[in-house]
Amino acid sequence: MLESMQTGLYGLTAGVNYLFTQGGPNVIMLLIAATLLYLGVKKGVEPLLLVPIGFGCMLVNIPLSDLMESGGLLRTLYDMGISNELFPLLIFVGIGAMIDFGALLENPKMLLFGAAGQFGIFLTLLLALALGFPALEAVSIAIIGACDGPTAIYVASQYAPQLLAPISVAAYSYMALVPIIQPPIMRALTTPRERIIRMAPIKKTVSPQTKLLFPIVVTLVTGLLAPKGLPLMGTIMLGNFMRECAVVTRLQKASENEIANIVTLFLGLAIGGTMEGHAFLKPTTLMIFGMGFVAICMDTVAGVLFGKLVCKLTGGKVNPLIGAAGISAFPMAARVVQAQGQIYDKKNHLLMHAAGVNTGGQIGSVVAAAVMLSVLKGMGLI
Amino acid sequence: MDNEQWAFGLTMMVVGMGGTFLTLWVLGLVMDLLKKIFPLVDKDGKQS
Repeated sequence: MLESMQTGLYGLTAGVNYLFTQGGPNVIMLLIAATLLYLGVKKGVEPLLLVPIGFGCMLVNIPLSDLMESGGLLRTLYDMGISNELFPLLIFVGIGAMIDFGALLENPKMLLFGAAGQFGIFLTLLLALALGFPALEAVSIAIIGACDGPTAIYVASQYAPQLLAPISVAAYSYMALVPIIQPPIMRALTTPRERIIRMAPIKKTVSPQTKLLFPIVVTLVTGLLAPKGLPLMGTIMLGNFMRECAVVTRLQKASENEIANIVTLFLGLAIGGTMEGHAFLKPTTLMIFGMGFVAICMDTVAGVLFGKLVCKLTGGKVNPLIGAAGISAFPMAARVVQAQGQIYDKKNHLLMHAAGVNTGGQIGSVVAAAVMLSVLKGMGLI
Repeated sequence: MDNEQWAFGLTMMVVGMGGTFLTLWVLGLVMDLLKKIFPLVDKDGKQS
């Protein structure tokens, strides 16, 4: 009987015993989980993502809980929606249902800012290759530069699932840090005269038919040019079509509220579940965070420089600051541009122009990922 | 980084970035075309 009690007692102390003998990485990750929860709860940094990610991280780092083993809660969530890319795509339906592309449609040329804002992706790809990462891992890391969480998760879960945790945490962290990362770059690359350029007010010229046909046309064009990215573009445009057709309001509302909320919870928990200490705490994680930072900085640099070019070409009619909104991170980047513009001229309203560029960046980031995947397919790498 | 890696990286840079610009430029043209085909008509039946 004594022996039976001893083995029973071992079951109660095994977790603590593990933590003190080989659980060093788990302790560090528990501290990281606490930091993520603190940032989400107290600092309001992407709380919808950081709270479930932080909690999932805490759960998986409590020793011997087996939550990421076959049949465990977090493994089930992971298999349900991350390993098969379902969750990021469902989130895209919600994003599409939320976004009004009206400002972009008023001036479709703004889409080119969305292309310039993806430059960091390709530069980071070269950097990752130079640092010795294999091709598909380099592509997955580079996609942090899309500044778009679901796109990063979609690509990483397919082509570098072993790096999914650091890539997704880096992507969401840097998206939250856009208001801190971008302004110094914007100031460094523009002159005081450029920052106070006022842009002509946007006139309403887009008909309801154009707004309705927009998601269908975008799906067809991008699907034909870059078919490997069709799940990404198709889902975002499905959400937008539901918004614009106005006959499935219940589905639209469900996509942008209930479905997006539930999926965000599951997605966050499952990503947190991949942050087990022994797997997460590696030099590659730090390298990924470093490269993600470079990617977003270079996106901003390219966007602002493109803005300066357009400013010159249009004889000073475009404020180069709006180029910074081409990085996706919707709608935060547009708000950063508006705030920066008003620092130098309180009556300068750049928000609508920046919103057009920012929605162009949203499409641009998806197109960049789609093009990359299609090029990889063409090269026979996937 | 060996030659193969360089070739891959540069291909992705040129074709990827170029493809992104090209796709978005085409999309912009199509959106302009849509606006021309379906102009906004105000209550008086005038095109804006």
